[in-house]
Amino acid sequence: MAFTATINGKKNSIDVDPETPLLWVLRDELKLTGTKFGCGAALCGACTVHLDGEAVRSCQIQARDVEGRDVTTIEGFTADASTTPVAKAVQAAWIKLDVAQCGYCQPGQIMSAVGLLTQIPKPTDDDIDKAMDGNVCRCATYHRIRAAIHEAAKAI
Amino acid sequence: MTYSDLPSKLTGIFAMPVPKAPDASRRSFLKITGGVGAGLVLGLAAPLPRLGATAAQAASGTLAPNPFLRVAPDNTVTVIIKHLDKGQGAATGLATLVAEELDADHAQIKTEFAPADPIKYKNFAFGVQGVGGSTGLANSYEQYRTAGATARAMLIAAAARTWNVKADDITVKAGVVSHSSGKSATFGELANTAAGESVPDKPTLKDPKDFVFIGKSFPRVDSPAKVNGTALYTIDHQFDGMLIATIARPPMFGAKVKSFDASEAESIKGVVKVMPVPQGIAILATNTWAAIKAQRAIKVEWEKSGAETRGSADLVAEYKALLDTPGAKAREDGNLDDAFKTAVKVVEADFEFPYLAHAPMEPMDCVVRYDGASADIWTGSQLQTLDHATACKVLGLKPEAINLHTVWAGGSFGRRAIADSHYVREACDIAKAYGKPAPIKVIWTREDDIKGGWYRPLYVHRIKAGLDKDGNIVAWLHRIVGQSIGAGTPFEAMMVKDGVDSSSVEGASNLPYAIANIRVDLHTTKGGVPVLWWRSVGSTHTAHATEHMIDILAKEGGKDPVAFRLAMLKDKPRHAGALKLAAEKAGWGKPLEPGKFRGVAVHESFASFVANVAEVSLRDDGSVKVERVVCAIDCGLAVNPDVVAAQMEGGIGYGLGAGLKGAITLAGGEVEQANFDGYDVLRMSEMPHVEVHIVPSAAPPTGVGEPGTPVVTPAVANALLSGTGVRTTVLPMNKQKYKTQS
Repeated sequence: MAFTATINGKKNSIDVDPETPLLWVLRDELKLTGTKFGCGAALCGACTVHLDGEAVRSCQIQARDVEGRDVTTIEGFTADASTTPVAKAVQAAWIKLDVAQCGYCQPGQIMSAVGLLTQIPKPTDDDIDKAMDGNVCRCATYHRIRAAIHEAAKAI
Repeated sequence: MTYSDLPSKLTGIFAMPVPKAPDASRRSFLKITGGVGAGLVLGLAAPLPRLGATAAQAASGTLAPNPFLRVAPDNTVTVIIKHLDKGQGAATGLATLVAEELDADHAQIKTEFAPADPIKYKNFAFGVQGVGGSTGLANSYEQYRTAGATARAMLIAAAARTWNVKADDITVKAGVVSHSSGKSATFGELANTAAGESVPDKPTLKDPKDFVFIGKSFPRVDSPAKVNGTALYTIDHQFDGMLIATIARPPMFGAKVKSFDASEAESIKGVVKVMPVPQGIAILATNTWAAIKAQRAIKVEWEKSGAETRGSADLVAEYKALLDTPGAKAREDGNLDDAFKTAVKVVEADFEFPYLAHAPMEPMDCVVRYDGASADIWTGSQLQTLDHATACKVLGLKPEAINLHTVWAGGSFGRRAIADSHYVREACDIAKAYGKPAPIKVIWTREDDIKGGWYRPLYVHRIKAGLDKDGNIVAWLHRIVGQSIGAGTPFEAMMVKDGVDSSSVEGASNLPYAIANIRVDLHTTKGGVPVLWWRSVGSTHTAHATEHMIDILAKEGGKDPVAFRLAMLKDKPRHAGALKLAAEKAGWGKPLEPGKFRGVAVHESFASFVANVAEVSLRDDGSVKVERVVCAIDCGLAVNPDVVAAQMEGGIGYGLGAGLKGAITLAGGEVEQANFDGYDVLRMSEMPHVEVHIVPSAAPPTGVGEPGTPVVTPAVANALLSGTGVRTTVLPMNKQKYKTQS
């Protein structure tokens, strides 16, 4: 079945099994490999993307449910015009504080952080706990993720 | 010798003498104790073919005086990283060393992982190419500095020739070569000429007082690619015509395929092939989703007669029964029996530690392209020499026919350093069985990972100690029961001596405290659950048992835990130094707000010394909340202080997650957890505020990847002992509820 969705500002028509999780559509069909596979069960947040501006776990969204909708992945947060000031501030804070270790979860962390800061520009530590508890980092970079979210909030 | 006969002979080879580093006397500090680096040495008697030539080869006009760097006409400096970077910062660390001696600018540094080549790229602590046991920076410290200094000398020689001036009047700073006359040039402008200069034999290394990066700051080289999604991990590799492979794996360790029905799996669109392989039933599909669906759809009848059928409770009971009889001796000082007779008080505690999965964020994976005559392998290879040798053996190819491409790994924590290279082996098995030249990417699902074994072993400990009338420890008996990590592997000859696997007792057999009568012994058990080193290895359990016991004894004797330790550490200045620094920075002895308790622990692992002071409170439901951890580390010279801090923060989080709630349990031989719901890990709201303080030191650098992990759990347990009176002898802590003492 073919479906049409806007991915990182560009209309795409993709022909896949309608039950295919968005995660694998992005990675296998569109070669957008910044979105990571971690658990396949919405337990780790590595696959977080934005669907119509809201942070969601792409491993739990079926291709058919994305028809006509707007998807942003980490690749959408590049230097081009589609990048929002929030995304830029978050990525700059991540680099300034050298948050990443293995880095595998960080695209998902960044998508969740951008989602949080878009809704709550000056989050408290409790806000951060609530928004980020679904994103696992096995390197346990949580301490710097928290600091980087506060840092980005200052810059926005 | 060629690789093809390596695996079968590894045991013998591992027992061969230590290969001499170019200057063995200056590298004597590289001898690592315990764990992956437990004196593990593999000498390759005869030279192997020069494998690295293609990837590391220099284009014309490029200065490439050694296998570790290239200075290109475009002014980039590419540092060739011989070790896997799985987040610990190997790429940044090795680049720092080159940039320092080269006087390069941070912005011009790029990194590239080295090809598999056990001659050029061996780890001096192992004798083969690979990393682990926090040896990455220590074994490379002089090698990579020398590499940078060599290129610097050649750039200066080239400038002197070009400008017709004396080399002595030339300086190098931040990537610019300058002469007192005002002439200057970039590295790129000089690269071509420099490539023609003679390579100096012994370039002069900097006096540490002149360091601009080492001990100061050098931002991570991988941050930009890791925050914009362009860093390529194994799972991200895509090739035309590539197939994705999953494997239906046995539900019990040691079970084998009896029969299987692939009809439903084969009917899934995208599934290309279903076939038996030694590891189970392999599925090949044109996309990942089809491969995962087919893995679930396949029906396999398993032969379980040879499988491990015991559960965790059975194992704990069996292990506990062994606690009453002496095991193989790991240490004996003084006369324990006599000492216990003089003791006025005897205190005993039994400890239980569960199996733990590493659960790196990127599940295991490997990409193979094999056409019958040659192969390429892309994976986060931690022990390149073993992985490469295994691929040669399975595919029946010579080393020069296989390119092993090491790529960024999404974590390891020990999981990718695997003696039997099974994640590479199975990919090669599948490629060979398929027999067509399509590139194949094998992925493990999270369920495969959590249920797949290679856990930190389950251990049971007993510590029995005697106190004199003044509360001093006069006798210490420490008995450990559990599986050996080294036994039955190529590492056995180096790790297991007189029935004692050093990785089972490290951290216990080298108890640092001045106690006259000590015995540490070990019962090594056998079982079907495959086990492996897990970040900080033996210290994952020995640090908790020993350091919690010390607080239990301090309490019995009415002593302050810091003063009690310091009194027994008079001959251990590095333990004492870390302990004092952590205590001072944490405000040890100063009152805390009500409802908060403080605990301390200090432990040496991988030649580094770490002390933690934890501040802990209880949630309303009696569960543990760790509010703050003050960490002090002595790792010798801290080459990159921010990476050291990051590794302490991460190690504390990794250790704490396991201490609070990590457990793999078996029932009837089947693993009861499958994903991050059953095997929960530390999350944002559970991460304490962490402060890291580095003990100033000019001693040679030691490791930081592992030593941050094991100290937090005993520090938290000691805080709980202080605040609630409850001993934490069974991990994880969520097995019990704590209540503040009123």
